[in-house]
Amino acid sequence: MRRWYGAGPLHLLAFLASFALAGYAALKLFGGNPVGVGIWFVGCIVGHDLLLFPLYALADSSLVAVLRRRPAAATVPWVNHVRFPAVVSGILLLVWAPLVFRLSVGYESITSLTTEPYLERWLAVTGVLFAASAALYALRLRAARRPRLARRPG
Amino acid sequence: MTRALERHRPPGPFRPGFWRSPLRGPWLTSVLGMVLLVGFVLVFVTGLLSYAAYNPNLAPRNDTTPGKDLLGFYLFTWPTRPTWLYWLNQGVHVTLGLVLIPVVLAKLWSVLPKLFDWPPVRSPAHLLDRLSLVLLVGSTVFEIVTGVMNIQYYYAWPFGFYQAHFYGAWVFIAAMGVHVAVRTRRIVDALRSRSLRDELRTGVADTAPEPPDPDGLVATDPAEATLSRRGALGLVGASSLALLALSVGQTVGGATRATALLSPRGQDMGDGPLDFQVNKTAALAGIDPAMTGSAWRLELAGATTVLLSRDDLLALPQYTAELPIACVEGWSTGVQSWSGVRLVDLAGMVGAPDAVLVESLQAGGGFGSAVLARNQVADPLSLLALRVNGVDLSLDHGFPARVIVPAAPGVHNTKWVRRLSAAGPS
Repeated sequence: MRRWYGAGPLHLLAFLASFALAGYAALKLFGGNPVGVGIWFVGCIVGHDLLLFPLYALADSSLVAVLRRRPAAATVPWVNHVRFPAVVSGILLLVWAPLVFRLSVGYESITSLTTEPYLERWLAVTGVLFAASAALYALRLRAARRPRLARRPG
Repeated sequence: MTRALERHRPPGPFRPGFWRSPLRGPWLTSVLGMVLLVGFVLVFVTGLLSYAAYNPNLAPRNDTTPGKDLLGFYLFTWPTRPTWLYWLNQGVHVTLGLVLIPVVLAKLWSVLPKLFDWPPVRSPAHLLDRLSLVLLVGSTVFEIVTGVMNIQYYYAWPFGFYQAHFYGAWVFIAAMGVHVAVRTRRIVDALRSRSLRDELRTGVADTAPEPPDPDGLVATDPAEATLSRRGALGLVGASSLALLALSVGQTVGGATRATALLSPRGQDMGDGPLDFQVNKTAALAGIDPAMTGSAWRLELAGATTVLLSRDDLLALPQYTAELPIACVEGWSTGVQSWSGVRLVDLAGMVGAPDAVLVESLQAGGGFGSAVLARNQVADPLSLLALRVNGVDLSLDHGFPARVIVPAAPGVHNTKWVRRLSAAGPS
């Protein structure tokens, strides 16, 4: 079994059970509009693995490359003070993009409200995140520049 | 053949040396996986309960997923108590779903080298595992994307939300179940390989890669660490916390709503008695004020038929119920003080002892009618509300009369009611 299949019989049975349930649900999922659902389902994988991931990985490696080119000798590393607010703000934008970019056509007639505030709110939250990160960095810099009186060796 | 493929390994991400983060490894992946396992089981169960809350087996018009067949095996008559049951259920489903998004992104980041495994298939077992991963990753992202778009009313897909989200959840749970099952030993070993407490005390300077693993998650040529594992978990935690802090207020309501800055229902509507969230405006539902004027009559149909004007209804015994309206989208109006006639009294007037069909003036669109189960009609807190917070209902809140039922999904609190009729035993 292991030789031709590559794992034990329990492995095979577990997968067959899983595929039976997933297949049953998938038939219903794709049933109404196989092409439409298929495009969205595959689009979700491609959108994350081959679009979102390369983009943020590239952004991060560029950031680290800048850090490497300008080694901050005796001071505090700043890279995570950019990473943290950027990642949090980016995820908020990723999740709330339809509201921020005013893509929800029906929002107003459904809720009696408008999507006007969301772009400003996201910008304000982003501003606060970067400001807080900068303030924290300033504090760490100050602490690092003080004479190291109380520090124990090692 | 495997060997021949091995010799012709494509460049770039297919080469182990391409992946250089010193943080990737079975321990980090397993920690994130455990969070997702617990979290997504809760999201899945609350999702199933949310479907049950519509009492889909009671009448076809209650069923958002009529092709469910065996997948509806667990359905039961939805209770009316505790009154906050649906509020809590949907709050957990939507808010926890949002909070898990950064964990999903981190988990996918941690295993992304596996997408470029080479050779692509080593054995039938490996092929099945990879096919199952297509279902797992696809359904996870699909569920998140459809859910997140739906709560923002961004209906850009060419399919119905309820069906897609429900069936997608079953694909997800099937794929996640086997994914965890066949990896149990590896997960346990990985979690035991390092102490979480020690990792939370380790800074960037002391961060070293995990020992090489058979799955190839650990980088063969790791770069110098710029972030510790503590930092990576902190980054995920901070992102989740930000999503939680900026959305939970739309569920809790009251003064906390102002904190839900980026949520669809995080806008304060004012302090007046009618200033709470509206699900669907009268304009959207096609309600003409002329239809709700003095000519409006409520039709009660059972063993006999009765027509009642709004004044007739106000002359009947009035009761007050302090109840929230909780939407499938996770937001809530918070508790409001509704007053009107008990549904059980109205049903009794015409001899309608069981389930009741409620029909709205609404001209089409979703949820213009619903069948309420016997326990919902019989509950003393279930009202045909005429007033809220001491004033008459506004048109957007369902004037001249709306249903309010404890623990029911928001859309079953039908607005602009025109007819209540016996719907047979439930």
